[in-house]
Amino acid sequence: MTMSTQHDAALEQPHPNARRSLAGFLKHWLFTTNHKDIGTLYLCLSLTMFFVGGAMALVIRAELFQPGMKVVDPDFYNVLITMHGLIMLFAVVMPAGVGLANWQIPMMIGAPDMALPRLNNMSFWILPCAITLLASTILMKGGGPNFGWTLYAPLSTAFGPPSTDFLIFSVHMLGISSILGSINIIVTIINMRAPGMTWMKLPMFVWTWLVTAFLLLCIMPVLAGAVTMMLADRNFGTTFFDAAGGGDPLLYQHLFWFFGHPEVYVLILPAFGVISQIIPTFSRKKLFGYGLMVIATAAIAFLSLTVWAHHMFTTGVPLGAELYFMYATMLIAVPTGIKVFNWVATMYRGSLSFETPMLFAIAFIFLFTLGGFTGVMMAIAPSDYQYHDSYFIVAHFHYVLVPGAIFAFLGAIYYWLPKWCGRMYDERLGQWHFWLTFIATNVTFFPMHFLGLAGMPRRIPDYALQFSNFNAVASVGAFIFGFAQLIFLYNVIHTIRSGKKATAQVWDGAEGLEWTLSSPPPYHSFQTPPKIAP
Amino acid sequence: MVKQEKMKREKGTFPFVGPILACVASMSPCAAFADWEINLPRGVTPMSRDIYDLHMTIIGILAVIGVIVYGVVIYTIIRHRHSKGAEAATFDKNLTLENIWTVIPFLILIGMAIPATLVMMDMDDVADADLTIEITGSQWKWHYSYLDQGIEFYSNLSTPPDQIYGAAKKDAWYLREVDRPLVLPINKKVRFVVTSTDVIHSWWVPELGIKRDALPGFIYQAWARIDKPGTYRGQCAELCGVGHAFMPIVVKAVSDEDFSRWVGQQKKPHAAPRTAQWTMETAMARGKALFNRRCAACHQENGSGIPALFPALNTSAVTVGPISQHIDLVLNGVPGSAMQAFGPQLDDAALAAIITYERNAWGNDTGNLVTPDQVRARRSTQPTKRGNDQP
Repeated sequence: MTMSTQHDAALEQPHPNARRSLAGFLKHWLFTTNHKDIGTLYLCLSLTMFFVGGAMALVIRAELFQPGMKVVDPDFYNVLITMHGLIMLFAVVMPAGVGLANWQIPMMIGAPDMALPRLNNMSFWILPCAITLLASTILMKGGGPNFGWTLYAPLSTAFGPPSTDFLIFSVHMLGISSILGSINIIVTIINMRAPGMTWMKLPMFVWTWLVTAFLLLCIMPVLAGAVTMMLADRNFGTTFFDAAGGGDPLLYQHLFWFFGHPEVYVLILPAFGVISQIIPTFSRKKLFGYGLMVIATAAIAFLSLTVWAHHMFTTGVPLGAELYFMYATMLIAVPTGIKVFNWVATMYRGSLSFETPMLFAIAFIFLFTLGGFTGVMMAIAPSDYQYHDSYFIVAHFHYVLVPGAIFAFLGAIYYWLPKWCGRMYDERLGQWHFWLTFIATNVTFFPMHFLGLAGMPRRIPDYALQFSNFNAVASVGAFIFGFAQLIFLYNVIHTIRSGKKATAQVWDGAEGLEWTLSSPPPYHSFQTPPKIAP
Repeated sequence: MVKQEKMKREKGTFPFVGPILACVASMSPCAAFADWEINLPRGVTPMSRDIYDLHMTIIGILAVIGVIVYGVVIYTIIRHRHSKGAEAATFDKNLTLENIWTVIPFLILIGMAIPATLVMMDMDDVADADLTIEITGSQWKWHYSYLDQGIEFYSNLSTPPDQIYGAAKKDAWYLREVDRPLVLPINKKVRFVVTSTDVIHSWWVPELGIKRDALPGFIYQAWARIDKPGTYRGQCAELCGVGHAFMPIVVKAVSDEDFSRWVGQQKKPHAAPRTAQWTMETAMARGKALFNRRCAACHQENGSGIPALFPALNTSAVTVGPISQHIDLVLNGVPGSAMQAFGPQLDDAALAAIITYERNAWGNDTGNLVTPDQVRARRSTQPTKRGNDQP
């Protein structure tokens, strides 16, 4: 596609790691406006919180290993499920996506940096503050928020603990961070493309992020509005969500899911982008049906804004609404199906090799598709009356988020880390990490389908004896999953410190502007725009 | 009407669902044991069976799609390996193929939507009910009111706390047993109107094919026509606070004659225990048992409450203050908080026992023995609606 690795040596700045003093170190990371540094910060934050949120999941699974209250009390259990959900979404998957965007988008479109570097710094540093505030609610008097990450009123309004107000403020900050980040990504992609990088030449990862950023701009203000109404109901005597004052608890759910459903596509669309980069590389073949992939991405995003009430089938929405939301939700299967079929067609008659990134990508196709299947099942409104709020739902959304988003991002790290740090990861450890993670994911989450169908509701700290067996299996799987991630942590640290030198190309089948740069890329890449072949 | 329903059910099932179910069942090594249950119950109402058939039909269709997609991936993983010298083809688009996998899924989805729409419309049709039950959720119990028969009662978890905290062996229906089940006649169309007094709950009994959210201040409906006598169990499905896992549902479906007999029994008044038998010892024992079941989820068994959430009773001014104020608070609750009005929920003796226990446990040691008569006296001074005396 391109050829240009020219750099003006005079403009080159020394890499920050050269500055050794602690004050210099802190100053550098606190004030950096470099997209690569900020990408690194996002990814480090995400990885840290992955272990924090994961540890919470393990406490939950320890409690559920056997019937009876054994490890935590029911109130703290509710705090844990709330925090696990919020942290995994807002502090793990979203920052991981933004971190990849920061590193990759400028390098993939031939830009020297993000369009708004200072804004970029600000949108990152809001995040650790928001997450710290969120996590600190656990230590507050009355305990942390204990009503699930969906924050349903009136459990969160009239009945919520005092710390709920801090949670609301934290959600506002998370929203501001996302909105600023989205604006930056949109402006960068529209304005900073190298000459000749036309729209239909953009790598799929850039496309998916452009669509995701617009989606974030549509939904984040709605969430901010909903939690602000919650704040008013709690403190200023309003009754938006209280029937006694003419409000409606269902209003909260409508507002929340108008944010909440597109949010899951915010989490998964960048993952789609990653898969669309990895599969062609290791199939040594161009992405099949690029044009239709772009259209499908946009279609998924648009449809996702029109289907929110499928989370509310059992709440008593009228028949007409049930039917409309059922049909609209089923429709999402069409563009999602196109994506899966096109990935399969990309692999078909390729020349496949199975390095760690490709293993995660193939596992993504298998398991995300399974999550998609259960998604279609839940779209069927009458059946959803049995699935709703059961462990079937827990199985479904973990199948789309763990082997979906998380697998894609783990794959992305293995795929691009050699480019970023100029060192190759340990392939043998990568394979161990993949296989343990793959097996443990299924051992953990597959039995949850059975539990839900057999009648186990979600968000319960204790359960009837008939659910004991599969819960024990799921808990064993969860602990294997958790410890397998330590291999990943070790592998990443080991790679950065003492991995073998990587070539500029890294993967023989890789195409795109980032592979024309050296490994690691210069601190300021593409200060002269690359030339793109027409 | 019955014939019509039967026809619809037969139409709703695809012929290949049976074999697929058999395959799924045989793949699971322990499907014979109930504890390894992997599928929805087929249930005992036309609605639950319609849902089940729909569920199996969709699984069948998806299984076929899955076999095709996974089959191609596995084929290409085996055949097109770089290590075996496979040369990559150069094609990167094929309009015909892309049209096919846009249009065919769309048609399949239409095929799924038609039966789903029919079941949905049927589910929504609550007209012509023989019997109406009002279901009211509150933290953490269900209240059933037979609107036509004038019977109403609360249904509480009957599993003792000792089983939950591991001090006693768990019995077979651990967390799925209640003190008073909902008794329903079979072969009658029962309409449920569902609401809540505090937070959102959800009334879910898989075998009836009903899950209906209970929203405070709103009433939503569902219906069932049970055609097999038996005991069917479920529980609250919407996170509703600390006791969410502890509000089960038990439905006892009986024949029409048994139902009429049961209704007759409910109308006999219960004899209230006389104050003469009321001793400190019996009141404390009964009060402790009741407190641990009804009050300890919030106030904790040791009376310490949860700071900033639920008040402590071991350091409270109420539990050592004037008896009449203490009784009033328990009778009327605290409007706008999680403290419910227990006046309508418990009889005088039960309330007297709980209040006696609260006034003498955890070092409160007031020595007060509260009698059912005292509770009755306070009850008669209260306006029946709570909160009327609030400014």
